[in-house]
Amino acid sequence: MKVLVTVKRVVDYNVKVRVKPDNSDVDIEHSKMSPNPFDEIAIEEAVRLKEKGIATEVVAVSCGKEIAQDVLRTAMALGADRAILVKTDIELQPLAVAKLLRAVVEQEKPDLIIMGKQAIDDDANQTGQMLAALLNWPQATFASEIIAEGNGTLTVAREIDGGSETLSLTLPALVTADLRLNEPRFASLPKIMQARKKPIETIEAESLGIDINPRIKTIKVNEPPERKAGIKVGSVGALIQKLKEEAKVL
Amino acid sequence: MSSPILVIAEHNGKKISPSTLRTLSAASQLAQSLNVGIDLLLLSNAEQKPVLQEQAVKFESVARVIALSGEHLGVALAESWAKEIVAVVKEFNASHILAAASAQGKNILPRVAALLDVAQVSEVMSIESPTRFVRPIYAGNAWSTVESQQERHVLTIRTTCFEPVSDQRTDAPEMIGITSTAAPWRGTTLVKQDITEGGRPELTNARVVVSGGFAVGSADNFKMLEQLADKLGGAVGASRAAVDAGFIGNDHQIGQTGKVVAPDLYFAVGISGQVQHLAGMKGSKVIVAINKDPDAPIFGVADYGLVGDLFEVIPQLTAQV
Ligand SMILES: Cc1cc2nc3c(=O)[nH]c(=O)nc-3n(C[C@H](O)[C@H](O)[C@H](O)COP(=O)(O)OP(=O)(O)OC[C@H]3O[C@@H](n4cnc5c(N)ncnc54)[C@H](O)[C@@H]3O)c2cc1C
Ligand SMILES: Nc1ncnc2c1ncn2[C@@H]1O[C@H](COP(=O)(O)O)[C@@H](O)[C@H]1O
Repeated sequence: MKVLVTVKRVVDYNVKVRVKPDNSDVDIEHSKMSPNPFDEIAIEEAVRLKEKGIATEVVAVSCGKEIAQDVLRTAMALGADRAILVKTDIELQPLAVAKLLRAVVEQEKPDLIIMGKQAIDDDANQTGQMLAALLNWPQATFASEIIAEGNGTLTVAREIDGGSETLSLTLPALVTADLRLNEPRFASLPKIMQARKKPIETIEAESLGIDINPRIKTIKVNEPPERKAGIKVGSVGALIQKLKEEAKVL
Repeated sequence: MSSPILVIAEHNGKKISPSTLRTLSAASQLAQSLNVGIDLLLLSNAEQKPVLQEQAVKFESVARVIALSGEHLGVALAESWAKEIVAVVKEFNASHILAAASAQGKNILPRVAALLDVAQVSEVMSIESPTRFVRPIYAGNAWSTVESQQERHVLTIRTTCFEPVSDQRTDAPEMIGITSTAAPWRGTTLVKQDITEGGRPELTNARVVVSGGFAVGSADNFKMLEQLADKLGGAVGASRAAVDAGFIGNDHQIGQTGKVVAPDLYFAVGISGQVQHLAGMKGSKVIVAINKDPDAPIFGVADYGLVGDLFEVIPQLTAQV
């Protein structure tokens, strides 16, 4: 089984993002960048499938600027066999990414695609579902467990409102990873060194003839209204009194 | 009527979720400024249809209920639902397609958007005009105002930002019944669902939420918070760390990648207050933080902070409220 995983280069989750003074966008020029955390979970899952002898090859794909090579190197240090960069300087939105990925899928013909459920920069939570739609493939979003049954089907437990559900999907299929799917490993130094030698294929997005121009325009970006710290109370009694008399919520 | 607003009703086969009433409220804003009607789309199987329809006809602001039934529509599989929704959008020429930004809406609506070749706007917090919306990015650290320059608009709605419409209307909306003729989707089957049907209110609609963090320590200790929640008629939430540790089920996670809540009263108990958690509760009216570390970031957003050991504070609080 061939597995494709997707990796987006995003601002590291520890960075507190600030808005630019002119409100045109967020200021991330000097921020630390990392693979999207959910994509690290996706990579980990694919690599475990390979270690179990279920996956034969793990291919990592990223769409974006040339510099996104760094997250692909990380993906390979974590165990992906090779990587593909779909290169463009155009600001990509989820639908455009899904269209680019469809072209990669047509070239690579994977049996399984594992993506993150959500990119922590745009917080869109769309790309996996969109790609599944474009491919007309089964989807299982927000996965917390993936079991390859060996008969061309996949059993996936997914997190839903009120609990969880289990789906059976016929391959080829697409899964998006939730937090509980696994705990990703750290890349070891020798693996990082080895990953430098693994190949990254570059596809010029332009050469695919797909309209990837943004359909949604950002008018302005604001800081959210700040929530001021309130007061500290000294006792449970004082807290209850405040909640009753001042806040009137009890 | 030209180009109605289409709202997808969310339900579990028996009851339409209260989030639908809030999504309808967002739709009403659009309907009013465009002077068009709202269609509520009810997808179900034939057996579920009557009881759902009975609820839907009482929802304020709906012009037409489109009840589309088919044997394969009894569970909300994205693959089948998306195809049906797209067919309805085209048939009725809807300009805006809305669903709650719930697990169900997030699963299905992007699939609809891609089939329509429309870029979706996720987690709409406010509607500035029929094409201009405000949504959170970077875990709510920034709010982005976006303009959707497309023929149709596909939106998921952050329901905590919209007051529900009434579900008590007496004049009936127009009813349109359709039986699906689509071939059932074969690639996906539901094996089982594990839904915890507690007696507590649903998190995203609760007036009070009592949330516990990693410091709560065990599933057993979470019962303490449940008791407090029950006394206040509230729901129980959690941080990711508490969910990851297995103290409580995943559907209780509040935050950037969990649920977003905005109750009148939110208790953060033994929760440090990382941005990813704040993203899910910063919109609460009153926030109470109970933490033994006086420098915990959660105090930075709390209206009332109590520095102390939760194992002493919570039993006292439960006894006294
Ligand atoms: C991609 C990604 C997505 C994430 N999404 C979410 C999300 O949706 N929701 C979320 O919550 N987190 C999320 N996180 C995790 C988040 O960054 C924090 O790790 C998490 O919120 C911490 O949980 P906590 O506050 O319970 O634990 P901790 O940070 O360990 O805090 C425990 C707190 O308890 C206090 N304490 C200890 N003992 C006591 C006691 N006896 N009495 C009172 N107080 C005590 C401590 O002072 C401390 O402040 C995400 C992280 C990533 C990387
Ligand atoms: N530019 C990109 N390159 C590769 N994968 C992406 C890109 N954008 C989004 N994805 C994938 O889609 C998932 C969901 O992203 P989003 O829909 O933006 O929240 C991410 O976790 C990635 O796996």
